[in-house]
Amino acid sequence: MKKFLKLFFYIFFSIFILPQAFAAEKVEYLTTDWSFKGLFGKFDRGALQRGYHVYTEVCSSCHSMKYLSYRNLSQKGGPEFTEAEAKAIAASFEVTDGPNSDGEMFTRPGKLSDKFVMPYENVKAAQAANGGAYPPDMSVLVKARGGGVDYIYSLLQGYEDPPAGVTLDDGVYYNKYMYGNKIKMSNQLSDGLIEYSDGTKATVEQMSKDVTTFLMWAAEPHLESRHKMGFKAIVYLIILTILVYFSMKRIWSRIETKV
Amino acid sequence: MSDHEYIPKSKFGKWFNDRLPLLTLANHLTDYPTPKNLNYWWTFGGILTFCLITQIVTGLVLAMHYIAHADMAFESVEHIMRDVNYGWLIRYIHANGASMFFLAVYIHIFRSLFYGSYKAPREIIWIIGIIIYLLMMAAAFMGYVLPWGQMSFWGATVITNLFSAIPLVGEGIVTWLWGGYSVDNPTLTRFFTLHYLIPFLILGLVVLHIWALHVPGNNNPIGIDVKKPSKDTVPFHPYIVIKDAFALLMFMIVFAFFVFYTPNILGHADNYIEANPLVTPAHIVPEWYLLPFYAILRSVPDKLMGVIAMLSAIFILAALPWLDTSKIRSAVFRPLYRQFYWILVADVLVLGYVGAMPAEGLYLLIARVATAYYFLHFLVILPILGFKERTLPVPLSITEPVLGGSSNLVAARDDSRLEKLK
Repeated sequence: MKKFLKLFFYIFFSIFILPQAFAAEKVEYLTTDWSFKGLFGKFDRGALQRGYHVYTEVCSSCHSMKYLSYRNLSQKGGPEFTEAEAKAIAASFEVTDGPNSDGEMFTRPGKLSDKFVMPYENVKAAQAANGGAYPPDMSVLVKARGGGVDYIYSLLQGYEDPPAGVTLDDGVYYNKYMYGNKIKMSNQLSDGLIEYSDGTKATVEQMSKDVTTFLMWAAEPHLESRHKMGFKAIVYLIILTILVYFSMKRIWSRIETKV
Repeated sequence: MSDHEYIPKSKFGKWFNDRLPLLTLANHLTDYPTPKNLNYWWTFGGILTFCLITQIVTGLVLAMHYIAHADMAFESVEHIMRDVNYGWLIRYIHANGASMFFLAVYIHIFRSLFYGSYKAPREIIWIIGIIIYLLMMAAAFMGYVLPWGQMSFWGATVITNLFSAIPLVGEGIVTWLWGGYSVDNPTLTRFFTLHYLIPFLILGLVVLHIWALHVPGNNNPIGIDVKKPSKDTVPFHPYIVIKDAFALLMFMIVFAFFVFYTPNILGHADNYIEANPLVTPAHIVPEWYLLPFYAILRSVPDKLMGVIAMLSAIFILAALPWLDTSKIRSAVFRPLYRQFYWILVADVLVLGYVGAMPAEGLYLLIARVATAYYFLHFLVILPILGFKERTLPVPLSITEPVLGGSSNLVAARDDSRLEKLK
């Protein structure tokens, strides 16, 4: 039994610690007290709602979020806007629909079932408007970057004047957390850029944290139920394991070999 | 297989069993005499069966929602993650299940290496196992392509391009594999088909693997032939069943931890970026379980030779029963082999590590040394060791040290990997 625990321990740590050792990159990202980390991690409802605010006001003019629908905003485990609020948000967007019975496309106010409206018609249009760089879709952005939330959080606050010797082309900016330090997105956040409806002071740090939380939810909309179910599943498994262990002891006690 | 004739008690059972002896089979599986000194390394066979079934069941559900089309695959995976009821759970079990499957299979293989389970009369079990392992790698690779992320696309490009190393017909074969002139929709659809097929081939081979196992019976930690049934064996049910269940539950706790708390840690972030043939990722790396072979591939400067080296590294295992010339199975009684065994384990871990690193400078040098050692172990050390090594005396039976107070008792007790013999 002791041996088995040792084995268990080795397996667990070799697969859990090793990849992290591999991933030990040179850049130290900024981090903050993310509410959604840990065994019982949950999203901070306020941060999600504020984060959505930052997204619509700032990010969404260039970045799409094509896998999200307005109905997701009122979904459990998300920003949890009331259904009426989500409906109002959806209705504030113009959605192209059709063709109608005359074969014409038309626009109408958005509905809960609509996907988030895209800022550009297509990738080419997005590139043309952004100096050739395509602003990546933000639906799973957090999971698509090595440093995850810390990376995004750092990047938003990582704008600096380029150090001596680094020359930047027109439309290229210096960011100390960007891969290669050159980024085509200019610094988007400044203190007091937007006004939060809940009275929170909109500092760059606060907005970075809020919008990153929002992006985490967008990438993992079922994170809360995953954590909740995971805890139950593991507790259940542990109890069952203990019961099975004692049954095993009992059964093997009939013969003289230890198990 | 069974030593005694089984006769069902009920009349219907007799009637049925005379026509299709399923009850005889069930009776054989229940009574199957198993060495009683099997340690926990032997529980991974059952764990692997669980992994296979889990992959097949979750895969079936995923296939109901997945769309194998270059323009829709990525989106359909997001649809599974967001809108399918518990789709995220099914997909995370399937994705992490692949890693858990490989973790278990590596433990299973290295257990065989330590206790000499591949030796006569178990060569066929071993070779079937190697074929299963090869199919697993094929299935895992193709499965990784299906979400159609950046690593999917570029991994598929790199791996399929290996075939272009074949002289004369290589380029033609690659075009044939792709179904076009680059990895594209035809590649995706055929990979999906094959990814669906292979698990069932594996399932069939697993049946053969177990069948072949049940002819000579299990090897055991002291590696001697066991008289069955005897004082040295216990019936499979309930003794081994409950022990396997206990080990499986421990395994499932680790599995659950990955699924629920770090579901993406074993994957690569780039695979959440939709495939783009125009943008190559900075580092193209396979999944962790293929890294040692990737390191061997890259450590040879010539492409064709690299491919040959990589394939030989796997196929050499099939020849292992004949490369290992020692008559003694278990490393417990082979003091020198035991040391080389652990060097091999370290060597494979090193290969895995350098496989994840860029192939340059010191990493490349380490990869080359480790690759050379890998082949040295199988082609030189093992054959010679069988003749040169002075092995320890082997007990006559599992219970012998108990009853006889033999000279092996001390050696057997000393070894922590051996079940405690009272």
